[in-house]
Amino acid sequence: MVSSNSIVEKYLRTDKLPHIWCPGCGNGIVINSLIRAIDNAGLEQEKTVIISGIGCSGRASGYLKFCAFQPVHGRVLAYATGIKLFKPELHVICIMGDGDCASIGGNHLIHAARRNIGVTAAVLNNSNYGMTGGQYSPTTPEGAKTRTSPYGNIEPPFDICDLAKASGATYVARSHTYKPRILTKYFQKALTHDGFALVEAMCDCPTLYGRLNKKGAGKEMLMNQKDRAVPLEKAKNKSSEELEDKFVVGEFVNKTRPEYTKQYTKMIEKVKLEAD
Amino acid sequence: MGKGRVAVLSGNDAIAEGALAAGMRFFAGYPITPASEISHFCADELPKYGGKFIQMEDEIASMAAIIGASMAGGKSMTSTSGPGFSLMQENLGFAIMAEVPCVVVDVMRFGPSQGVATVPAQADVMQARWGTHGDHPSITLAPSTVEEAYHVTVRAFNLAEKYRTPVIILSDATLSQMSEKIKIPDPDSLEILNRKKATVDPQQFKPYQDDGTGVCPFASYGDGYIWYTTGIVHDETGFPATGDPDKLTIQINRLHDKINKNLDDIIQVDEYMTEDAEIIILAYGSVARSAFAAADKARNEGIKVGVVKPITIWPFPEEVIKKVSEKVESILVCEMNHGQLFEKVKETVEGKAKMAFLGQYNGKSIKPDKILAAVKEVSSGVFQ
Repeated sequence: MVSSNSIVEKYLRTDKLPHIWCPGCGNGIVINSLIRAIDNAGLEQEKTVIISGIGCSGRASGYLKFCAFQPVHGRVLAYATGIKLFKPELHVICIMGDGDCASIGGNHLIHAARRNIGVTAAVLNNSNYGMTGGQYSPTTPEGAKTRTSPYGNIEPPFDICDLAKASGATYVARSHTYKPRILTKYFQKALTHDGFALVEAMCDCPTLYGRLNKKGAGKEMLMNQKDRAVPLEKAKNKSSEELEDKFVVGEFVNKTRPEYTKQYTKMIEKVKLEAD
Repeated sequence: MGKGRVAVLSGNDAIAEGALAAGMRFFAGYPITPASEISHFCADELPKYGGKFIQMEDEIASMAAIIGASMAGGKSMTSTSGPGFSLMQENLGFAIMAEVPCVVVDVMRFGPSQGVATVPAQADVMQARWGTHGDHPSITLAPSTVEEAYHVTVRAFNLAEKYRTPVIILSDATLSQMSEKIKIPDPDSLEILNRKKATVDPQQFKPYQDDGTGVCPFASYGDGYIWYTTGIVHDETGFPATGDPDKLTIQINRLHDKINKNLDDIIQVDEYMTEDAEIIILAYGSVARSAFAAADKARNEGIKVGVVKPITIWPFPEEVIKKVSEKVESILVCEMNHGQLFEKVKETVEGKAKMAFLGQYNGKSIKPDKILAAVKEVSSGVFQ
């Protein structure tokens, strides 16, 4: 493990700093955890493609010293599918926000998971669309106020990990920005997993979501995360009422199933053999 | 593929064969009539060449996947029809902005909306030009025969690679489903162009640094270069330049200039009996077939008719049309729509020749006799 400074120098485009994220935003913590995981996993920067969507988290790819790009909103997993299938030796990491992943990109999420294509999805869930001014997203809790749910959100939220699990993802985990080391551990497992891996990082948006819902500033929201997080084992014995306003953390799925690009390579070999 | 051979192919199969010969090794698509046979061919053939075929969850994803594969160094293609082409537009804009070569085939069917899936139209001509938002160039090619579909596809890949831009092929339901005899050349005899690769020291590499040609060298993912790009207006480093009005202008100009300064290379127009023609039939795609037949019949009846068939629709062959308009009396534009390219031709002619329009939008191909009748009306001054 290298020191903090050398990690910064190695993986961050320091000339692009300071970043645009607000004071108290959880995005920086998640990116910190992610690059430490990349370092631990020993991924080569020249062989690693990082794609981020649109929104606050979408800015992440520009701060990272990898093959990186920011295409249109919501489609990163579809871009990733093309890259990974054409060149399976590349590591492909998708950084997505909750809107990016579960709303506009929801279709791509379920199909990437179903195919079990070997890319890593890092989802930064801050419960709202921050960049555009704090509108409700598909993960905004019921009753929460946003700029487009001024009387309280009447839509039930998605559980992104449940969605990924039900769609066939073979590694699914969730932690939060109060636990950056746990996030690093999960990211590292995701990066070395042979199949579609998703790690959801619960993180805060004090500027918009926090202010509209009187959740306090960054520090208060971070402390609140600790209180809201319920480990998977403990959650099993709790009723849904007891879990209201909480979120479950832990590893939900860690299993093996044939990875898509490996299946494709096998098919090519078979087809070529039959042709000979 | 083997050496050169003669085959009977459909328009769809010829496009797929051409793509394979041009070096396509990645195809992503979503089923749609009347384009599906292109994906069938790719699903059958690509694995034999070590290439990859994937049926994505929709056309948005298909377009994204081919851009991704191209960024990793592959020659990639998707095929669709009007409804799917609409869905591809946003990602098409990213490919234009990030300058990622790829080929998009739109087998035009009747529209708008679902229209009629199984019958032809040529009503996506303006969508191919302006479908994605913002100021951008378009290279759009329209073949009219099965053999031409093969060669136009090879050329589409060459232009995409040479100018680092998506190229659109506009086929139509008639051409896609008809079969014709075609000479498939020995692949070794084809001119195949590949994108200019980055060769500088990775530390010095700037992804959009103009090397004087207007087309920047490309570094495929995995080739040892670390670089960034975005659909946001960017400078030569690939990073956003949104706060700098001069840089915004530079990028938009370069996107246009790399096409506009190479019109001679990009534009291809067939002329038939135009030398002494008094009336020109302007037609493209499958309609051009009827135009040639109508011109022959008209000549037999003593009417001096020629045909101008743009194969390159966009950029529009303005110079050719201008020259033609100066020496003929009338130009009759025939297309299977309510008047799309007609407006562009009229604007280009600037009143130098009389303009007439035969538009048919009933799901039927325009028959030679219908064009001949229109030619006679133009000839007698009836058709206005």
